[in-house]
Amino acid sequence: MTLGMINAHPVVHAKKERVARSEDLHSDDALDALDVFDSVRDIKDPEHPYSLEQLSVLSEESIAVDEKLGRIKITFTPTVKHCSMATVIGLCLRVKLIQSFPPHFKVDINVSPGSLADEEAVNKLLNDKERVCAALENPSLRQLVDECLYSNELYSL
Amino acid sequence: MELLDGELELREIQKLEGHTDRVWSLAWNPAATGVAGMLASCSGDKTVRIWQKGPSGSWNCSSVLEDTHTRTVRSCAWSPSGKLLATASFDGTTAVWEHVGGEFECVATLEGHENEVKSVSWNASGSLLATCARDKTVWIWEAQPGNEFECVSVLQGHTQDVKMVQWHPFLDILVSVGYDNSVKVWTEDGDDDWHCVLTLGEANSGHTSTVWALSFNSAGDRMVTCSDDLTLKIWDTSQNPSETSGDGNGSWSHLCTLSGYHDRTIFSVHWSREGLIASGAADDAIRLFTESKDSLVDQPSYKMLVKKEKAHDMDVNSVQWNMKEPRLLASASDDGTIKIWELSVVSK
Repeated sequence: MTLGMINAHPVVHAKKERVARSEDLHSDDALDALDVFDSVRDIKDPEHPYSLEQLSVLSEESIAVDEKLGRIKITFTPTVKHCSMATVIGLCLRVKLIQSFPPHFKVDINVSPGSLADEEAVNKLLNDKERVCAALENPSLRQLVDECLYSNELYSL
Repeated sequence: MELLDGELELREIQKLEGHTDRVWSLAWNPAATGVAGMLASCSGDKTVRIWQKGPSGSWNCSSVLEDTHTRTVRSCAWSPSGKLLATASFDGTTAVWEHVGGEFECVATLEGHENEVKSVSWNASGSLLATCARDKTVWIWEAQPGNEFECVSVLQGHTQDVKMVQWHPFLDILVSVGYDNSVKVWTEDGDDDWHCVLTLGEANSGHTSTVWALSFNSAGDRMVTCSDDLTLKIWDTSQNPSETSGDGNGSWSHLCTLSGYHDRTIFSVHWSREGLIASGAADDAIRLFTESKDSLVDQPSYKMLVKKEKAHDMDVNSVQWNMKEPRLLASASDDGTIKIWELSVVSK
């Protein structure tokens, strides 16, 4: 981990208004992009006390769900092009999704095209199950991930 | 090879439960046969379990090898005599266990890799052990009297994480595959001088993403590799491997690519004694392939015989045929279970 911040002045956005879903027309059991977004929108950025949603790292539109096939695809946009925290964000997403959704769902996590200098390398790493498992067995990395997932320090706008 | 006449299927014999985390790898004991069948499995729960077929015909967990590895146990391999079991772990070590009268004792711990060890393999005579790790190296260890192991070579060449090592079924030729998308072949020049004699990369019709596993057929003249690029590749390994230029003269070469059958990463592949290739993939399915009848000598073709969907509830990490009972297949999954299957003819 680098000592200085990659991006000391992130652009922070307002959170999207939360829509009450009781009057949703499709069946309660079907999983959709908003369900997935709701589970990850409040994950804290590893470097700043803001959520991934507030920093526009991801949005509902960056998530695709195929319920029949059991696939979730998330694309996220790191705040800066040379972001060493991209892999940490990716790990946070993976852990949160494993915790939130049935195990038969297959999850693909990628950075949005053009958003990162070494995007191919980062995408390959984030989707290598063995590398992800080994990384999460690293105590300090796991601690950082847990801080992002369970943080109560989010500032609201 | 006499293949069963009729439509084939994989019939589930038993589901083995006990591990408390994903099961990564399996190995059948080559010496234990028939009624005394024995299977080793290793897991993210840091243990290795030994399963044995009891007199009633059902499989039970007879031993749990624990309190040795401090992280995921990723791979396990029996020595050809069946007396020793090597286990490779994310903790950076490879343990060697001796099987004496129903008990297992850790008799050696091989240290040296800088980080997670991914795979371990014994050569045909049991005199050499190979390991590989995320540190991009392949290590060769020589077995010495008194269960001592000496590192005789540290092989550099891969540019990324090495996923698996496997020895040729009867020659002292080692193959390694990995995250750099390549397949590397290593031989010895006499006196512990090991080096890479061949690299099968994208330029030689090789894989275009991480290569996860490899398996030789029983004759040692064919090898199959599987990859994150969603293909299986069959290689001609009948010639002595050498660095002669890839124009087909006397070296290993690409024969055939099986594509369009898998839509998620293929983690494991294993060639049975009867010529069937089993694959285990991230879509929870097991597939079986065989060389098709209209295969030509210089243009072999393969076809899929069986697709077992939802073989497990999650990714299939390992498939292993039993070498003595070639219709018996074991599979291991992220769902924490192991399944024993029997290849049989569909009853009409």
